[in-house]
Amino acid sequence: MSAKYGELGQARGAGRSLQAVYPFVEPPDLQTGETRHCPVVIAGGGPIGLATAIDLDRHGIPSIVLEKHDSVSDGSRAICWSKRTLEILDRLGTGQRMLNKGVTWNVGKVYHGDRPDPIYTFDLLADKAQKFPAFINLQQYYAEEYLIESLAGHPAVDLRWHSEVVAVETSPERVTVTVTTPAGDYQLTCDYLIAADGHRSPVRHMLDLDFEGRVFEDNFLIADVKMKADFPAERRFWFDPVFNPGKTALLHKQADDVWRIDFQLGWDIDREAELDQKTVDARVRALIGGDIEFDYEWISLYTFQCRRMKNFVHGRIIFAGDSAHLVSPFGARGANGGLQDVDNLVWKLALVLEGKAPPDLLDSYDQERVYGADENILNSSRSTDFMTPKSDISTAFRDAALELAKDFAFARMFVNSGRLSVPCTLDQSVLNEPDTEDFSAKQRPGSPCLDAPIMLNGSESWFLNQLGDCFTGVLFSDATGSITDEMRALEDWDIPVRAVIVKPDNGSPSGGAIIDSQAYLHSHYDARPGTYYLIRPDQHVAARWRAFDRTKVERALSRATGHST
Amino acid sequence: MKSEINISDPDGFYSSLIDLHEGLSTDESLIVNAKLILMMANEIGDRSILDEMLAFLRNPSEDQSR
Repeated sequence: MSAKYGELGQARGAGRSLQAVYPFVEPPDLQTGETRHCPVVIAGGGPIGLATAIDLDRHGIPSIVLEKHDSVSDGSRAICWSKRTLEILDRLGTGQRMLNKGVTWNVGKVYHGDRPDPIYTFDLLADKAQKFPAFINLQQYYAEEYLIESLAGHPAVDLRWHSEVVAVETSPERVTVTVTTPAGDYQLTCDYLIAADGHRSPVRHMLDLDFEGRVFEDNFLIADVKMKADFPAERRFWFDPVFNPGKTALLHKQADDVWRIDFQLGWDIDREAELDQKTVDARVRALIGGDIEFDYEWISLYTFQCRRMKNFVHGRIIFAGDSAHLVSPFGARGANGGLQDVDNLVWKLALVLEGKAPPDLLDSYDQERVYGADENILNSSRSTDFMTPKSDISTAFRDAALELAKDFAFARMFVNSGRLSVPCTLDQSVLNEPDTEDFSAKQRPGSPCLDAPIMLNGSESWFLNQLGDCFTGVLFSDATGSITDEMRALEDWDIPVRAVIVKPDNGSPSGGAIIDSQAYLHSHYDARPGTYYLIRPDQHVAARWRAFDRTKVERALSRATGHST
Repeated sequence: MKSEINISDPDGFYSSLIDLHEGLSTDESLIVNAKLILMMANEIGDRSILDEMLAFLRNPSEDQSR
């Protein structure tokens, strides 16, 4: 059987030897011959498809996940999981496992030429006191295995291995999906089909849809090796190092003593020769030195693209993850972007399926995530343009920035080895209720909520764990404040708004009040007694006011759920 | 002479700078760069700053002050 994921380039290497394989279970649909209807069918059992199914179940929506292959990712692939992704996975149940197993890092270092000291160092965790670090590195197969194992707690998710979507047919009322399995073909119908089927998306091809954007003329070689090395866990990136002259290289630690090594090769190369083990051995030796024993985990030769679909929503078929957008790997914006798709989509889909929001709400997924994808594509394209200059003059500017970086701090800001994924702030969204009062812009309508340590019922906890899945109304009060009956009544609305209260350190913790024990929340959210935030189910700010007003909250909730703008 | 960054959105500016040269030959780019230097120099105006930059670029290794 071929690898679970098609290659952007060519891959070689055995992958991890103990890769989990899952059995094909003949679905009842094959025996009954009846066409079963499920609210949501998901094409693709990678991280995006699995996370979508789990999130849907949190909203009580059953789904069927169809995965063509019988295993998790064959190689490390996506390795850098961002803070926002870990927060999303924490809501879905696997964030803590990811953190425990992964290699935590916040610092990146950029080197130039033969200088032993970095010309530039960056710390990606701007706000300290967060539950999750800026990044962890963990092989993609672990992320998938954890999601699969967590399905034990989600019996309404029906994950079907060896099940390939081979045809889709749409009508105004439903989507009909034809599935091929080792035991024969069958059909399913659904209200919505989520195409989480990767960068070569068969569903996208079935609909005759394509990507728009740029393909870059450069080749990169990933050699993930297993070795005992005491290199730091930081992201180390080289421009023009002695071991890869005139090109770039990257070294980054993963779990289980696996290291990601990435070499820029240039455009005119002999692909077969570059994948020859002796050639790869020589490249790896030149970087790590002659003494360290190593073995290969995964080797891949790739080119990259910065492209996306024009629209992610096509009637009852919705694209998420790599099927919808592709970027270069240097910003860790692929899988991290895809999980933000899931976070954004699922609550909207749930409200539409429950009849509580108009189908137009899904247009905001298209708008918000196209905006997010464009941000990722812009950053990724700029990094690539810096690493792979297209002309002599671009090369001259790049080299000038690198040389000046030695003496001038400003020039280091131009040095671009990848601008790593930061959560997207949905500034342009139609779902936002614009500020009408004086507030700091640090957190604003459209911002993903910033975490902070809190005390809850006498124990240490985190703010983000109090938000999500449904709308939340957060009242910041003085020490003696309380949730009013009017706020409490919002919990019984058609679309409930859970009421929570945040009090300063000297406030009474009774009634489940969140105690802002280190005052981070009041600072991050520019809060005064009376300040009220309406937070979306995906932990983004929908609206905020200096005082609670039922009519205003009602209007903002209407707007945030696609009823009116 | 400033050492710290003085431009907001440095990535955006760098990108515009590269775009300026899009489609130009190397000779054409040299002229465009020269024009840009002259325009920027006039905008800075202060001879002492300009002279400091010229001196640095002439002998970069001698200036360890930053």
